[in-house]
Amino acid sequence: MDILYKIFIEPFVFMGEAPDLLIQTLWEGLVSGVLYALIALGFVLIFKASGVFNFAQGIMVVFAALTLVGLYEKGVPAFLALILAVLVMLVLAIVVERVVLRPLVNQPDIILFMATFGLTYFLIGFGELIFGGNPKEMITDALFLPQGTTELDMLGGMVRFQHLDIAAAIIASIMIGLLAVFFSKTRIGRALRAVADSHKAALSVGISLNQIWVIVWFAAGIVALVAGIMWGARSGVSFSLQIIALKALPVLILGGFTSIPGAIIGGLIIGVGEKIGEFYWGPLVGGGVETWLAYVIALLFLLYRPQGLFGEKIIERI
Amino acid sequence: MRAPDNPVLAKGDVLLAVDNVSLGFGGVKALTDVSFDIRKSEIRAIIGPNGAGKTSMLNCINGFYYPTEGRITFKGVKRPKMRPYEAARGGIARTFQNVALFKSMSTLDNIMAGRSIKMRSNFFWQLFRHGPAMKEEVAHRRFVEEIIDFLEIQHIRKTPVGRLPYGLQKRVELGRALAMEPELLLLDEPMAGMNLEEKEDMSRFILEVNQQYGTTIALIEHDMGVVMDLSDRVVVLEYGRKIADGTPQEVKGNQRVIDAYLGVAH
Amino acid sequence: MLYREAGQFKTNYVADSAIFPLRQDRIGLGLIIIAAYALAFMGSDFLLQAVLIPFLVFSLAAIGLNILTGYTGLLSLGTGAFMGVGAYACYKLMTAFPGVNVIVWIFVSGFFSAAIGALFGLPSLRIKGFYLAVATLAAQFFLQWCLIRIPWLVNYNVSGALDAPLRTLFGTPIMGPNATPQTRYLVVLTIVILLTWLASNLVHGRIGRMWIAIRDMDLAAELMGIRPLQTKLLAFAVSSYYCGVAGALLVFLWYGGAEYDVFNINQSFFILFMVIIGGLGSLIGSFFGAALIFILPIVLGIVLPAILAPFGLSVGADVIEHLRFMIVGALIIFFLIVEPHGLARLWQIGKQKLLVWPFPY
Repeated sequence: MDILYKIFIEPFVFMGEAPDLLIQTLWEGLVSGVLYALIALGFVLIFKASGVFNFAQGIMVVFAALTLVGLYEKGVPAFLALILAVLVMLVLAIVVERVVLRPLVNQPDIILFMATFGLTYFLIGFGELIFGGNPKEMITDALFLPQGTTELDMLGGMVRFQHLDIAAAIIASIMIGLLAVFFSKTRIGRALRAVADSHKAALSVGISLNQIWVIVWFAAGIVALVAGIMWGARSGVSFSLQIIALKALPVLILGGFTSIPGAIIGGLIIGVGEKIGEFYWGPLVGGGVETWLAYVIALLFLLYRPQGLFGEKIIERI
Repeated sequence: MRAPDNPVLAKGDVLLAVDNVSLGFGGVKALTDVSFDIRKSEIRAIIGPNGAGKTSMLNCINGFYYPTEGRITFKGVKRPKMRPYEAARGGIARTFQNVALFKSMSTLDNIMAGRSIKMRSNFFWQLFRHGPAMKEEVAHRRFVEEIIDFLEIQHIRKTPVGRLPYGLQKRVELGRALAMEPELLLLDEPMAGMNLEEKEDMSRFILEVNQQYGTTIALIEHDMGVVMDLSDRVVVLEYGRKIADGTPQEVKGNQRVIDAYLGVAH
Repeated sequence: MLYREAGQFKTNYVADSAIFPLRQDRIGLGLIIIAAYALAFMGSDFLLQAVLIPFLVFSLAAIGLNILTGYTGLLSLGTGAFMGVGAYACYKLMTAFPGVNVIVWIFVSGFFSAAIGALFGLPSLRIKGFYLAVATLAAQFFLQWCLIRIPWLVNYNVSGALDAPLRTLFGTPIMGPNATPQTRYLVVLTIVILLTWLASNLVHGRIGRMWIAIRDMDLAAELMGIRPLQTKLLAFAVSSYYCGVAGALLVFLWYGGAEYDVFNINQSFFILFMVIIGGLGSLIGSFFGAALIFILPIVLGIVLPAILAPFGLSVGADVIEHLRFMIVGALIIFFLIVEPHGLARLWQIGKQKLLVWPFPY
């Protein structure tokens, strides 16, 4: 009975007793949720437009951030480094299209998926070879990212808001909004959706697949760069960030691979869920549940609804 | 191996009955209130224009879809909601409109895979590929070789089916279904995309299966000549509804069928 | 000229369905096995310890993953964790019952990972493809967390690491600090040969056909009466069994002790890469893949410094590690594009060509 009390009653009592801590935890969960959503958006972009489940998106986040910081460390001014990092993402998009996607057109999805594993490892090796494997600090000052904390007196305690987190949430929200508009309102967005439905059909109505792919991979690269700057500012730039980036996968499972609102809501659920889980239930089992909670949430969710939050019910045909 | 309460049916008894079956996906209705029966040892054709719900009907019969309304009775027992493999184990085999072979396996292995449900040597013997496992493998191989002889595909026994031409793939698929020794064999457009000679061969196989083993066959086919020659009775679907049912002669003369196929001025 | 099919007629179905129908293949296999045993006595300790033992261990893990991903078509990213379960189970068993021979425990430990693997395989009934891959990530991270957080698993050892106790077979130490690379190699080799033989029996029989049927066309397989859940769970269990045994061998007969970290997600990926490069759905490919991925950095480590030394350049171990990542990544893409069936297919094509050489028509 004691254990049941500890699992089902005590955490909620604690939440009620210290609402300031609850708010704090929720806030932190929301911020990481927004950032998860941003990483997941990169996946969604590429998946929508090319049907490729890009496992390397997480690594692209790290690679973009590493390029930026690495260039800065080599003496390039911050904003020039930023522009160069964008260019590097463009080059990456072109190379990926040329070397990976074009030869694998019309292959089964799972083959393309595995090809992105290869891309992942290639980028890890390449990034570390050029910029070194040691963890780096994000250049928050040079990019004029705000620092410091605001403490608000509320609900009988102090709730701390990192300025950086506020900025991250705002910038991520703007990015997400821009992408949503881009997808639904522009001509390119429509072409992207056509390609997602069927490669062959899109080709036959005169959409250039190669061009579209470069565009989406570049867009995903920019999203990755933004996500990389934000995550990097919070927890340093190194390839251990990829573990964080992998969290975008359960987010996608929750939200469905093709839905932008799905990615956002999925991101928030995962972000908040794992922070709350870690803070209130983690101590029961010795902590550290953050490493797997997101996946288990996604797994349980999958069993209940295999098509994701916003996906349509899949009707199998034969 | 049959359950004792499973009646042995004589030729001409109702093997499978479809009563007022409807099937819908969200707002789309694939089948509306369809009823017909399939009798033991007959060849029953299901025809109709494209999109009439023929394949959906087969999918209901072998448990891939579950009807939203109505019921299907197989061997006198109302079918509960079931997984497709249970229908297969109950004695229903089928082939597919778009060939659904295991394309990396050879012809032989494909047909052997069709015997999976008949093989029961346990995991332990399988591990050692000895004793009962090997004995069983050989016994079933013998059976499969008979099918291969019957379908005249000896020369492609060890060829991966992915490399075979379409006509032969269809034949291998028939062989795989036969390997299950089904009581009811569903054939979804067995002759689609075949030339005349291949069609003749396939018709011969279907008739022989029906006559030699007494297997009941339900087939979907677009070639009217083939349907008229092969089948004992024909059911005609249009827009998910049954519009005619009877012998080929009766159906041929039915005004609604002629309208459905030729179109009618409204 | 020696490699010919001519004159070898099969007069019964047993002979015709043999796994190696060609006499030359059987002889070749025999020679390879003899050579492998001979190496124990002729190879240097470095060769045995740093090359051959790990090669065999990774081959075994790759066979395990190949059963799941290659034969049954279920992509798993949790291999590392399943290996870990085997290793920790083996540790618990052999320290709790030191009286029983450790070889027994190595084989038994696989059953623990098999059970865990089947448990995490349950979702495979409803989810496929990359969804399933993400589900196996849950296994990877959750199990890894368990290995860290449950001190009981390492007998409350303060360092949290596994160490190999001294264990003997027929009076000879085969595990622990006193065991020579030679004896450890012989034990690993024998286990790997035995398990490979069993796997080969499985995949060539009814069960293998059911696995491949599920992989090639799962709906058709189900409509033929193959139970999807049982078949997939069996694949998960057998696959995890192999991974578990490989994990136990890795820690106790190769490293001689290890922390949970050897079973991290990178391990899972490297095993997967071995399977992709070696050939999905091929047992011999698992060996090829393990050889390429594992031996590559060793070769790089020897060759690169030798090439660059005359130019006064030195390469650090970290650079070699980075290059290894790059080359492996590039190889994956290369193989998926050029030969999706991996080295195993090249091997087969080579044998075919040899059969008909010199007159291909």
